Amino acid sequence: MDQITPAASFILLYGVSYGIVLFVISIGLVLTLGLMRVVNLAHGVFAVLGGYLAFNLPSLLGIGFLASVFITLVLVLLVSFVLERVFFRRLFGMTELEQVLATIGFCFAFIALLTFAFGPNVLATKYPEWMSGNFSLLGRQFPFYRVFVMACGLVILLALWLLFDHTNFGATLRACVDNQSMAKATGINVNWYFSVAFAIGAGLAAIGGIVGAGMLPLEPLYPFKHLPLFLTIVALSGFGNIKASLVVSLVVGLVDTAGRYFVPELGAFTVFTLLVILVLWRPQGLLAGWK
Amino acid sequence: MKLEKDGSLRERVGMIWWVAALAAYFIFPDYRGFGASVLVMTLFALSFGLALGFAGIISLGHALYFGVGAYVAGRMALAGWQEPISGVLIAGFVTGVLAIVIGFVILRLNGLPLLMVTMALSVIVFEAANKATGITGGDDGLVGISFKPVLGIFNWTLDGNLQYLYTLAWLALVFFIARRVVSSPYGLSMAGIRENPLRMKLLGAPVLRRLVVMYSLCAAFAGIAGALLTQNTAFVGLQVLSLETSVDVLVMVVLGGTFSIYGALLGAPVYLIVKYVTQQWNPFYWMLVIGVLLMGVTFFFKGGIAGWLTRIFQGGRTE
Repeated sequence: MDQITPAASFILLYGVSYGIVLFVISIGLVLTLGLMRVVNLAHGVFAVLGGYLAFNLPSLLGIGFLASVFITLVLVLLVSFVLERVFFRRLFGMTELEQVLATIGFCFAFIALLTFAFGPNVLATKYPEWMSGNFSLLGRQFPFYRVFVMACGLVILLALWLLFDHTNFGATLRACVDNQSMAKATGINVNWYFSVAFAIGAGLAAIGGIVGAGMLPLEPLYPFKHLPLFLTIVALSGFGNIKASLVVSLVVGLVDTAGRYFVPELGAFTVFTLLVILVLWRPQGLLAGWK
Repeated sequence: MKLEKDGSLRERVGMIWWVAALAAYFIFPDYRGFGASVLVMTLFALSFGLALGFAGIISLGHALYFGVGAYVAGRMALAGWQEPISGVLIAGFVTGVLAIVIGFVILRLNGLPLLMVTMALSVIVFEAANKATGITGGDDGLVGISFKPVLGIFNWTLDGNLQYLYTLAWLALVFFIARRVVSSPYGLSMAGIRENPLRMKLLGAPVLRRLVVMYSLCAAFAGIAGALLTQNTAFVGLQVLSLETSVDVLVMVVLGGTFSIYGALLGAPVYLIVKYVTQQWNPFYWMLVIGVLLMGVTFFFKGGIAGWLTRIFQGGRTE
């Protein structure tokens, strides 16, 4: 018992916080796939862009961390809104192969530009004082950062739930996901909702990139390196199912953490084996058919 | 009529390719080593082009077979089996069998789930290879590999003379088989499955089994390419199994054009030569170039190089 409780609390704390970061980053991907049927392999770009901006702006502009996060969010929302109009919008109706190629090309070009600007190494990230530090639980030291990540996740979850389930905007958006042509027929400007949803997804990815920098280190290759993880979560979530993606992200976070805790020599092996089995078992999504 | 004309055109362009490949050996004697690596990747691209273009199997994990082939050839040489030609054949056989096992499981999927599973599988194998240092040498790779002379006569050299011609001969053989397969009734049924799997099923064709056979053949070719890489360089690194290698080969095929088996022959050399040149300046410059190329191919340059050539030779007529 003395062994089990600390292990369980470690896995729970680290796994859930990791899962939440994965969830926040993949929401945008789930939305684009559900709304536009676009396989966007470049989604990680917004996460890493957010991270780089948020951690570089304080020294560049001489502002605090929170102000920097705010400015970053505004910038990412704007950039992604424009990118959706000039680039991602054109991928509608293309074959999956073409979408894969165009978005992976975008991803590569962005990685190159990021390297020109900041160099190829991992960005040194330092969270403000009030986010660092440790606390002890059941005789073990845990970083406060992990709790902060979970708190962020809860706030975002609450906000999303209110937005999607309790506003007109959310209802319209869900209508667009479920039946696009019917939504159009009732006079909804589907294209505008696409752009806004895309920007929201990118903004959330940016938050995930900033908050998750302690777990997924920021480096130019970030969008390509973590692509298998993001994409697997989305494939398992089914088309446009945000609630399923929360479950999948948490499962991935917990299994990966537990796997690395008990059999560290296997690395990412454990979680990817599980993911392959799950996709083969339920190719339509883990919760497909559930009400 | 039209088919015949296109066919003979393709034959002519094809002949130019083989003549150019031989000519390159004499014109650029200093680049025979690099040339041999281009030919290896061309063979790998050809194997992927068959899977993608003719079976419609979209995958981000084809490096799995390339890498396994490379390691099989390397381990066999280390264990004492140093005869190169049988080494290549055995590597191809092993990857072919492996693909049958994997194919029966994953080819039930298509689209995004298939893309994701192939990608995840290659990540799994890469991770496993990275940890299994006893078999793969881990980060250091397999070193100290040597092979007997080809056919007992031709010795391996450092300048890449033998490597170039040996790989070209394998490429010609595989290309010949691939072309026969594509133009056979079996190849036609493959095209049918690519265009409309449901209808083929209704016609009574065993869709999954045919896909698996094709997939296995492509994997065997990829394994052959991997084994050739091992023999040419006397080294196997983890890179052969990486996601980058899978993406590389996908880009080569698409750049060349997916609708013809000549696409891989054109795409791989162009891709690797551009890569070679741009990487001399800055390795990340290359990523920018390839990124822009990829977006360009999707938006403005459909059909890749082979499509572009076809349009030129047909006097601006598009298919």
